[in-house]
Amino acid sequence: MALSRDEIYQKVKSVLVDALSVDDEDVKPNSTIRGDLGAESLDVLDIVFRLEKAFTTDPTRKFIIPRGDLVPDEKLMENPDYVQAGKLTPMGLAELKKKMPYSDFTTFDQNPGVDKLDSLFTVDTLVKYLESKLK
Amino acid sequence: MRWIWIDRFIEFTPKQSATAVKNITLAEEHLHDLYPAFPIMPASLIIEGMAQTAGILVGEARNFKEKVILGKIGRAIFYQLVRPGQTLIYAARVEQLSDDGAAIFGTVSVLDPAVSEVQTPVAEIELVFSHIDKNLAGMQFPEHNFVFTEQFTQLLATYRSVGAIAL
Repeated sequence: MALSRDEIYQKVKSVLVDALSVDDEDVKPNSTIRGDLGAESLDVLDIVFRLEKAFTTDPTRKFIIPRGDLVPDEKLMENPDYVQAGKLTPMGLAELKKKMPYSDFTTFDQNPGVDKLDSLFTVDTLVKYLESKLK
Repeated sequence: MRWIWIDRFIEFTPKQSATAVKNITLAEEHLHDLYPAFPIMPASLIIEGMAQTAGILVGEARNFKEKVILGKIGRAIFYQLVRPGQTLIYAARVEQLSDDGAAIFGTVSVLDPAVSEVQTPVAEIELVFSHIDKNLAGMQFPEHNFVFTEQFTQLLATYRSVGAIAL
């Protein structure tokens, strides 16, 4: 039986508490993984491993999070068609939305600075991603 | 002194698990650095021994082609001190392995031949290894493998010659 959204959220929360040594109450749906919870690049790798383990229910069919699914390849930001003067171009924004379909772009759309990218990677992003993959 | 914190492997199952041992001797200077007249194996070096056991397990999984670095110690819990004359046993188990790296769960135990032939727990350590060419995007690293070097190849030959293992 598929997990409910709240069950997924509770598991994600538990993974983040373990991986980032944060308090339970620090993890909220809109917390950003890097900014609010303090994850560094290797923490993201740790989180991916822990999520894969937490959501594998059948050892013969491991739950895998493919590379680039959660965090787009940074090379995307090196493309001058996508980024100019520290901001995403309309083409870059469209591409990023394709790569991060589970993120909420409402605020980011108004000021799509590269320095604001972390705001797109939240606890809720993880939950929505997992909800979609576990269907 | 060489930065080698495991003496030999006693078990090696590629991509799954590895067990290595280290004998603790009073001749090792670092035993005397923490407390005067009370030599113990520093916990940080026990973690290093676990990291070396696990790092070789992770490296072997990709034929030592990747540059494997210890990215993170997720958790390390210690249960007892380790004293001279005892033997440390490092058991590393692969939890997750991917193109990006690996997650390892390590258990450390100790054997004290003067007291018992039973291993008793020393520590539990969670480790995350990164294949650095695949991570830390934007950073460039030298092309040659500075982790598994020529000197490491010689060390590997030693481990192979003293242990009947699939390493």
